[in-house]
Amino acid sequence: MMILGTGLLALIAVSAFIIVRTDDVTNQLLALGFYGLLFALMFFVFQAPDVALSQITVGAIALPLMIMLAITRMKHREAINRAGKKRS
Amino acid sequence: MTRSHRLLLFLIGAIGAGFIYCAGAGNMPPWAQYRGPYGDVIANLAVYQRHATDTVNAITYDYRGFDTLGEEFILFSAVTGVMLLLRPELSKSGENQSSEKRNPASFRDRATLSETVQVFSTAIFGLWVLFGIYIGTHGQLTPGGGFQGGVIIAAAPMLLYIAENTDFFRRIVSHPFVEFLEGFGAAAYAIVGLAALAVGVPFLTNILPLGTTGNVFSSGTIALISSCVGIEVTAAFTLVIFEYLREILSRDKNQED
Repeated sequence: MMILGTGLLALIAVSAFIIVRTDDVTNQLLALGFYGLLFALMFFVFQAPDVALSQITVGAIALPLMIMLAITRMKHREAINRAGKKRS
Repeated sequence: MTRSHRLLLFLIGAIGAGFIYCAGAGNMPPWAQYRGPYGDVIANLAVYQRHATDTVNAITYDYRGFDTLGEEFILFSAVTGVMLLLRPELSKSGENQSSEKRNPASFRDRATLSETVQVFSTAIFGLWVLFGIYIGTHGQLTPGGGFQGGVIIAAAPMLLYIAENTDFFRRIVSHPFVEFLEGFGAAAYAIVGLAALAVGVPFLTNILPLGTTGNVFSSGTIALISSCVGIEVTAAFTLVIFEYLREILSRDKNQED
């Protein structure tokens, strides 16, 4: 159990570093979802299945989804601004 | 401020933080060992006192129900804030829509989807919602509860969006009933708490019959509050998704018209 927990914690540290070092935002989001799943697994190993369920839904679904929506909206805004500039 | 000054300042901070971290880590309990009586006492008492087999939900919705009420209203006000920030810009929107009509292809963020993804996303929709309801209503028995179930249900409309079933997706997330549900979920929690006051016991006391341990309809107000939180969370996340996509969705509709 201790080896599993330590390995997971190390894996979380590594994947957090990878997220920060990823350049492309879409890849970063995928990595963030994977990081959330690892976190959920960690909570499960440390005997907190309730928190693990919350973490799966929030960390692996809701958080990347919200960021993805924000990025989509920003791109949409940029497209509108570009279209506006072209017209004027 | 030169480079060496900054480095000096950083080193002082780093050494200080490292010292505090090591001191804290040295005092940690041993691996997978729980110190302190509170958790053990609650784990032993929850089933007898509240007829709830999942102690975590007994704590969040009953023993520390007041904290959860505060958290619920944090979510409520956060969603209100998002709606306020992303409200449609009335003065500009007419202009935007006309420019969009002139340049309908100005924004494309979609790659072509495989039919497998489309069919699978639509087919799993009902199962997904059912699973969310299961997780939400069985919080007092097994790990889960209103919050987790609510987020699962709120993610279900996104499956339709992925499947490019945009029309149906828009009809679900833009429904005015969602707004009502968000307010209703938050209010119902407070009303369950106030009902205890009306009977003459402290706020958020478990006043409902506790039922048989292991039944879905057991544990009194825990199951009820969990369901209220589920409704609130479902509506809150659906609202946020709609607020983010509102412009894009109205643009899509204009194109179809």
